[in-house]
Amino acid sequence: MDQAVEALDVKVWRGNAKGGSYRSYEVPAQRSQTVLDVVTWIQQNAEPTLTYRFACRVGMCGSCAMMVNGEPRWTCRTHVKKVLEGRHLEIAPLRNLPVIKDLATDMTAFFDKWTGAEGVFHPTASRADAIAPISPEDPARVLANEAIECINCAVCYSACDTVTANPDYLGPAALNRAWTLQNDERDGAHSRRLRTISGGGGCFNCHSHQSCMTYCPNELNPTASIAGLKRLSAMSFFKGGRDR
Amino acid sequence: MMVAKHRRDTLRIASLIHRVSGLALALFLPLHFYVLGLALNDAAGLDAFLKWTDYPLVKFAETVLVLLLSLHLFGGLRLLALEFLPWSPRQKAYAASAVALSFFVSVGFFLSAV
Amino acid sequence: MIGLRLYLAQRISAMLMAPLVLGHIATMIYAVQNGLSAAEILERTQGSFWWGAFYGLFVVAVSIHAAIGLRAIVCETFSLTARWLDLFTWAVGILLLLLGARAVAAVVL
Ligand code: SF4
Ligand code: SF4
Ligand code: FES
Repeated sequence: MDQAVEALDVKVWRGNAKGGSYRSYEVPAQRSQTVLDVVTWIQQNAEPTLTYRFACRVGMCGSCAMMVNGEPRWTCRTHVKKVLEGRHLEIAPLRNLPVIKDLATDMTAFFDKWTGAEGVFHPTASRADAIAPISPEDPARVLANEAIECINCAVCYSACDTVTANPDYLGPAALNRAWTLQNDERDGAHSRRLRTISGGGGCFNCHSHQSCMTYCPNELNPTASIAGLKRLSAMSFFKGGRDR
Repeated sequence: MMVAKHRRDTLRIASLIHRVSGLALALFLPLHFYVLGLALNDAAGLDAFLKWTDYPLVKFAETVLVLLLSLHLFGGLRLLALEFLPWSPRQKAYAASAVALSFFVSVGFFLSAV
Repeated sequence: MIGLRLYLAQRISAMLMAPLVLGHIATMIYAVQNGLSAAEILERTQGSFWWGAFYGLFVVAVSIHAAIGLRAIVCETFSLTARWLDLFTWAVGILLLLLGARAVAAVVL
């Protein structure tokens, strides 16, 4: 950051489901400072009733995502100097999700779609069985590994304009998760999941704009995962295995 | 109004181009079919319409149509490749090439039209 | 609201059309050189099986492709129920198919 900046001019969205507006705060600049640090400073020093969400502060839990200067970010790992415009910072609740209060959104739809896309592991073995040996070189495992580090932060979900336009669309995170499970040979619900994700709100609504990929803090590529799902279900259609 | 930042990305713009060109072509199509259908009863009717195509402004409009068609074609080929071939990280380069190729083709059309 | 069948219909029609569109553009560049006239167009196309097949296939593919494409736009722009969307898709597809068939008949027969 420019050393000349001594105080940040921070606009924070305050309000609830009925509406709200931005309020400005002057926040002292630090040499090393994350956006979450800024929000925390405001709550502790200026606005005790400010509501926001965080837990781990190290990019693991996925609870701290907000819109920062118009873009979705994981705030605990976003340095102010990376996103500052002049000395301005505008912080708002994530797009595409209803607001509960201030910076906290209601993530019910996001997680409902996660389970709606069958983003749940269905075991085929019990604890009495031996642990299945999975080779890390197995092609399906390689595909799953590339997509597996999702922290459910909903950054991609709020970057996706198809979610904005089509409330039924399952969205990048849920479909990316479904893709990892389709490539998990221990999972026992492949054909059921394939049916769910090829339905009306499923993977075929994706327009491949890659906004999800551009913003995913863990550099995952939901666009590629969704393209993989499209191929899988097209293939199963031609094999006639749709109703297996 | 300010365009949201995530919509200023190359690939997001590519998807907008694909949508707008597709929409425009779909709206043009009934007119196109109607005009050709004129030849059904009288070739003179079609000819009377085709006279219009001698005007420079109409030639320009035709060039825009060729541009829209090429944009939709080459942009669409990129999307088909994205969906059906193994992932390539060079999508921005491909999207830009699709636009460049479309301009090349439509300039070619314009030059042969004038 | 695009499911598996609509997706496949749209992508297959797209793959069919890619070479047809290239051919169409090439023909346009060639045909426009000396200006367009009904006589010139009809001389090329009338009674030709191959042009008939070319444009016939083109019309079928574009009707499917445009109907599904417009469906996606309408779905994402207005909140229609699934039934109205289906109705819209079919209406667009059939309309384009009829107009297109008339146009092909006019220049080929
Ligand atoms: S690529 Fe698909 S999931 Fe990603 S932003 Fe675009 S529509 Fe959404
Ligand atoms: S895919 Fe990336 S952006 Fe989306 S929820 Fe997972 S970690 Fe967050
Ligand atoms: S607070 Fe856990 S990811 Fe940011």
